Amino acid sequence: MTTLDKDAFQPLEQTQGVHKLSRPSLSYWQDAWQRLRANRRAILSLYIIVGLLLFTFLGPLFWDVDPALQDVDQISQPPGADRSAYLVEDYLPWQGQAQPARGSGLTLAEPATTQAVRLVWAAQPGAAEYRVYRNIYPIGPERAFGLPLFETPAQQTFFEDRLDLKPRQYFYSVVVLDNRGQETDRWLSLTVDVKRVVTRSEAIERGLMDAAEEVPLGTEFKFALHPLGTDYLGRDMLARLMHGARISLFIGFFAPLLYILIGVIYGSTAGFVGGMTDQAMMRFADFVVALPFLLFMILFKVIFSISPGESGILPMLVAMIILLWPATARLVRGQILQIREEGYISAAQLLGAKTNYLVMRHMIPNTMGVILVTITFAVPGAIFTEAFLSFIGMGVAPPTPSWGSMCNEGRKTMLTTPHELIFPALFISVTVLAFNLLGDGLRDALDARMRNRD
Amino acid sequence: MLQYTVKRLILGIITVWFIATATFFGMHAVPGDPLTTDKALSPTIRKNLEEKYGLDKPLVTQYGIYLANLARGDFGISFTQENREVNDIIAEHFPVSATLGILAVIFAAVGGVLWGALTALYRNRLPDTIIMFLVILGISVPSFVVAALGQLSLVNLNQITGTSILPVGGWGTVWHMIVPSLVLGLSTMAYLTRLMRSSMLEIVNADFVRTAKAKGVPATQIFSRHQLRNAILPVITVLGPQIAIITTGGFVVEIIFAIPGLGRYFVQAVQQLDYTVIMGTTVFYGAFLVFMVILVDLIYGLIDPRVRLE
Repeated sequence: MTTLDKDAFQPLEQTQGVHKLSRPSLSYWQDAWQRLRANRRAILSLYIIVGLLLFTFLGPLFWDVDPALQDVDQISQPPGADRSAYLVEDYLPWQGQAQPARGSGLTLAEPATTQAVRLVWAAQPGAAEYRVYRNIYPIGPERAFGLPLFETPAQQTFFEDRLDLKPRQYFYSVVVLDNRGQETDRWLSLTVDVKRVVTRSEAIERGLMDAAEEVPLGTEFKFALHPLGTDYLGRDMLARLMHGARISLFIGFFAPLLYILIGVIYGSTAGFVGGMTDQAMMRFADFVVALPFLLFMILFKVIFSISPGESGILPMLVAMIILLWPATARLVRGQILQIREEGYISAAQLLGAKTNYLVMRHMIPNTMGVILVTITFAVPGAIFTEAFLSFIGMGVAPPTPSWGSMCNEGRKTMLTTPHELIFPALFISVTVLAFNLLGDGLRDALDARMRNRD
Repeated sequence: MLQYTVKRLILGIITVWFIATATFFGMHAVPGDPLTTDKALSPTIRKNLEEKYGLDKPLVTQYGIYLANLARGDFGISFTQENREVNDIIAEHFPVSATLGILAVIFAAVGGVLWGALTALYRNRLPDTIIMFLVILGISVPSFVVAALGQLSLVNLNQITGTSILPVGGWGTVWHMIVPSLVLGLSTMAYLTRLMRSSMLEIVNADFVRTAKAKGVPATQIFSRHQLRNAILPVITVLGPQIAIITTGGFVVEIIFAIPGLGRYFVQAVQQLDYTVIMGTTVFYGAFLVFMVILVDLIYGLIDPRVRLE
């Protein structure tokens, strides 16, 4: 049996820093922030959301245009449309005879303006009457002449069009009618570019020139600028988008904030108290969940906003709060129940932690992440709901713009002026997209169980 | 199983009762009553009408009558369309909505499962990137924009090809149903694709898959027998609530494509304040959705033997 020599055992020299962490210690939120920052899509979405908020709240400072103001000279103007108008003399009646037709086809007697388009054509052999058409699209082989304007007798080979002329391209055609008033297959056509003009009195009225000013004919004026065009009532799209964003974002932020707050209080109470109270509270939540959401949204709108002249934002907010809290309540209750059973809670209790400390230190921080993610995903849902209700005419009342109601109005003129639908739709889509991506990023950053997954 | 079914059905009936009660008292909270119209009624006529429709009775009695009628499946008569029963309206318009909804759900489920599985198999490669981009787009674009754009592209398609195989609106033939149900199912399909992808990713490298590979089972068989079957379960769970979203989401599609469904009729009834139609439709839809969810849960129990229904 070997004896152990005491000298064989030398105490190790105590080295400093063995237990030093290789990386600085991070709190939960610091860690989450680092993870979020590494997610390029989430950060880009964050920038987009900040940009949207700036657009909504600072935008009107730079673009101070009343969203309800109608510019009747520029209705349904796409962005970048020609805004120039030329000064002309007051309108003088025209009899046509003074202008004999040159050549054989359909020609303009004078340059076409928004004041009048004056057409003359050579008499066609065998014509009993002529029918004049105007189209905003090319006529094409299927002979889509468009809007019939007038029928002239055979001896009148001129026509003056003054019907709601817009500064755009028109396709005129003159069809020869036979003795029985039937259209023959002979027709003349002409493509006309109409120039916008104003008379002196109109220019003064629109504030383009002073009454005392002497301005020569043909001077070019510029009408008010509408960077994103105007809608079907001549209202500025950019201003309406900015003001509509207020409604959409207000609903989008406040409705989730409020109903999630209620859900958190309800759910955590149920989770803490437990027992029969918990059962009863959760059963009630189950019933509210079962209510068909959109139907009850509409029903609430009917109940709350029967009085006319109300913008309808408040009823929408109340309805969303009443209907949407249970999902959060369930989630938070589940979290609380789960956390209550965690080892670190027992450990803290063994070490003598009080309920107050447990709630503040463990329960709230550990549920915060889930709640934050829920809020982020709830925002696009609320924006969608607002847009949907406004779209079917149950949302905000007409004078107030919202993205949803703008889409609804834009849909009606979708074929001729698509920008009225595309801009609000784009804003809704980009906002929802940004919040969805941010929510994805937040969930990955905050939810430990979701980490290392795709 | 039977006990569970009975329990769920009883709970479902209580839920429907809750919906009916909320609807009834909600509608009675609306200022004015169904007899308030543009035309002024003389007090005598008004009294007679109130007597006829039972509006002179106390609220509790009215509620009792309402529940008794509901139990018999009688939703009453329309206020704006004379002598038309709400039951008739539902019977006429609901099949249209249901057809549209079922087609949309089938399209969403099949599309979602296939795309989701595909993205998981091609994880982080080109097909995955493209499909997931489309999915994000499908989730972010509102349904009414998709519907409007769908209609616009139909117009263009018909113009370019010079045909009108796919009608721009209306209802009647199979051709009428294709585009509206595609549009209606799109957002659900996007959602299911995401869900299927993440559930598939968990299974792609599961132990039983590795075992099957080691045994030499062909890849297609592993996909269809082992991966798809296991990954599809979470998709079925959410299908119940998704049916709810699809059927109510049908409102917009029905309006835009001029489809004579119940959703469009409901919106119209709300605009005209047709009380009985609003109440009847809400309760009917509510009951339909509640029992749909129960049905899906029961099916889930049948498909997945691991789930113990209690």
